[in-house]
Amino acid sequence: MTEIIRLKNITYKYTDEDLRPALQDVSFSINKGEWVAIIGPNGSGKSTLAKTINGLIEPDSGEVEVGGLKLNEKNVWSIREMVGMVFQNPDNQFVGSTVQDDVAFGLENLGVPRDDMIERVRNALEKVNMLEFAEREPARLSGGQKQRVAIAGIVALRPAIMILDEATSMLDPQGREEVLRTVKEVKERENLSVLSITHDIDEAAEANRILVMRDGKMIQEGSPETIFSFGGKLVEMGLDLPFPERLKASLKEQGLDVPQDYLTEEGMVDWLWTSVSKM
Amino acid sequence: MDIGFQDVGYTYQKGTPFESKAIYDINLSIKDGSFTAIVGHTGSGKSTVLQHLNALKKPTEGVVTIGDRVITRMSENKGLKSLRKKVGIVFQFPEAQLFEETVGKDIAFGPKNFGMTEKEGLEKARELLPVVGLDETFMERSPFDLSGGQMRRVAIAGVLAMEPEVLVLDEPTAGLDPQGRKEIMDMFHSLYKNKGLTIVLVTHQMDDVAAYADHMIVLGGGTVMKEGHPRDIFQETDWLTSMQLGVPSTVRFAHELEEKFKWTFDPLPLTTDDLARQIKEKLTSKGGERS
Amino acid sequence: MMDKLIFGRYIPGDSLIHRLDPRTKLIGAISFIIIIFLANNWISYLALIVFVLTAVKLSGINPKFFINGVKPLIWLILFTVILQILFTSGQTIWFRFGPIIISQEGLLNGVYIFFRFVLIIFMSTILTLTTMPLSLTDAIEFLLRPLNAVKVPVHEIALMLSIALRFVPTLMDETEKIMNAQRARGIDFGEGNIYEQMKSIVPLLIPLFVSSFNRAEELATAMEARGYKGGEGRTKYRQLSWETRDTSVMVAFGVLSVVLFLLRS
Repeated sequence: MTEIIRLKNITYKYTDEDLRPALQDVSFSINKGEWVAIIGPNGSGKSTLAKTINGLIEPDSGEVEVGGLKLNEKNVWSIREMVGMVFQNPDNQFVGSTVQDDVAFGLENLGVPRDDMIERVRNALEKVNMLEFAEREPARLSGGQKQRVAIAGIVALRPAIMILDEATSMLDPQGREEVLRTVKEVKERENLSVLSITHDIDEAAEANRILVMRDGKMIQEGSPETIFSFGGKLVEMGLDLPFPERLKASLKEQGLDVPQDYLTEEGMVDWLWTSVSKM
Repeated sequence: MDIGFQDVGYTYQKGTPFESKAIYDINLSIKDGSFTAIVGHTGSGKSTVLQHLNALKKPTEGVVTIGDRVITRMSENKGLKSLRKKVGIVFQFPEAQLFEETVGKDIAFGPKNFGMTEKEGLEKARELLPVVGLDETFMERSPFDLSGGQMRRVAIAGVLAMEPEVLVLDEPTAGLDPQGRKEIMDMFHSLYKNKGLTIVLVTHQMDDVAAYADHMIVLGGGTVMKEGHPRDIFQETDWLTSMQLGVPSTVRFAHELEEKFKWTFDPLPLTTDDLARQIKEKLTSKGGERS
Repeated sequence: MMDKLIFGRYIPGDSLIHRLDPRTKLIGAISFIIIIFLANNWISYLALIVFVLTAVKLSGINPKFFINGVKPLIWLILFTVILQILFTSGQTIWFRFGPIIISQEGLLNGVYIFFRFVLIIFMSTILTLTTMPLSLTDAIEFLLRPLNAVKVPVHEIALMLSIALRFVPTLMDETEKIMNAQRARGIDFGEGNIYEQMKSIVPLLIPLFVSSFNRAEELATAMEARGYKGGEGRTKYRQLSWETRDTSVMVAFGVLSVVLFLLRS
């Protein structure tokens, strides 16, 4: 497997007066085509970490490598071309006056010829199902639609990796679902890697691997099943409790014997089924 | 204090080419001491309804009753202000309203507008900081140096400081992490339980509705689609799904069990504790039959 | 309050005027403001009225919108008209009361001024109602382009302008939200004496500034992440295209100027 992103011993302080670094000796890598989620309570350094990947923040020490390129002044623009980022606030990343103008913004920056651009904008909007809204102004879009436009803006640049920096946290459940669905589709079709910073259990469940951060440090790593089996501790890790875990806790309180391992809802039904037939 | 709507409607920019109807034919009642949840999509008229609860808007049709005050299109603006002390609103992302130099002064801002002296206001602020999970050391800090979660708490304290009888919360936990969400919801629940505050919660989180509310209003397309006890409304899973509103995870899972195991849950469990209790009953009684 | 302002609202449509190149409309509106000063008698005003009403008709927009555009300015207009009536000296005196003298010339001048105002408002309303703000910035950028030669950062100005326009609705929303939040905390906007009113603005302005700065910072980060590094080497997605109809409209403006010039007395 090829590594698409590798961070080595990243340390970063916002100001010299900060008591503890925002990032403290953080290392990890993401493979091509992999979906990695980073969780952790607010203020644990997740977003700062994301911003070091495409050089929006320059770490005090450590190394960043994206697509085989070492991040430095010379490579930073090529790296930004490979890394697409969707931010938290849908409004504050919408640069264009209409949907199509916004998708075109990144292409304009790259100096893509106009005929090519028209084709790529159309294509990208089609992929996120927003083609019919091409002429709309942002004021007449929902939060979820704006985030889909942001994704189209990334897809148009044909990147290797997409970073979602709490991209669904300001959306209502409907918007959250539509954005997550779009990310899944786009990831498959474009063969992208995804790094998602999130508190949302459904989003984290999509990942191949979850990294847990606290106080600027990477404290835990594992598959969703491993991480979800932490039960009550998940809330401290900045994640919602999955429903089966909540039910397990309540059943335990009723004095029932419940399995230690993480159960999906289906797993929960199966387990109940065996319990019923055992009786 | 009760709040009631009778055939309430509101039309924006009436009589201009941009006229648009935001809500119509709204009838609802929020009883003193209740925990009412208002749910509905963006564009369902939620925020317009909200602004009628403390007379920020006067209805263009119908009558709003807040306590013993009756508000219609014709009501004078004078005197509506006193209602805003009685019905406090915590708007969505309330940290946007902070503006004073210190946390203490910002919390005291509301009380001062309603006639408290600066000193009394600051006293009130000191009293409220622990209620929202902060301590006295915050009094002199600038609200703009705080973390997002702390700013949210200060803003909430600023509304509580007016000592409202009804507390209206518009998505109070949006954008917080799960720990912060839980702490804030627990705080509101304790205000409701221990201080007898009437609470109106606008939310998308059906799990929160199930866990806390004893009254529920479903808005859609600018009017009331359903009003009643959450248990009765959540019975109608299909209808809620067709409205794309979702059902609480507990209810969804209970329905799944009912189908697979031919069980019936009565009453419909709204929390995991309810569900666990009933599952245990079923497991043990079943065991009993066979032995 | 703010939502009563008509200026700057685009009404989608497919009329001839909508389809005109924004440069045509911008140049047209500006030159109209100049050539209207050529008119100094009732026949030329009649010509102007016919010209503007034709444009209104062609835009296919409900005339109500135009009347609404005049409304907010009506007091200013009437004030100017009255000044004009009172202070124009003339031979034919119609009314005299102490120092107040109303002459035929004064009245006529008043009427002219009134129409000048209304026609200019109508014309600029046509411009703003039928042109997307974005297209307007494109037009402005195009017309400013010669300034590039003297090192004016035209690209940056145009980008700034288009971003500012794009954020107008967002900021309006934000203003309304903050106003509501502060009203719920006991502030009355627009009530009390001047001092009280000024004081009530502070709790509105500070949060607005804070949030605008935050927005600006986030927007800058997002733009950087999307590879923005200034105007150099950038291509443009939007392109303006000049059609025969634009030339015709320009000719119409030319004819109007000539007619007005010949009608001068």
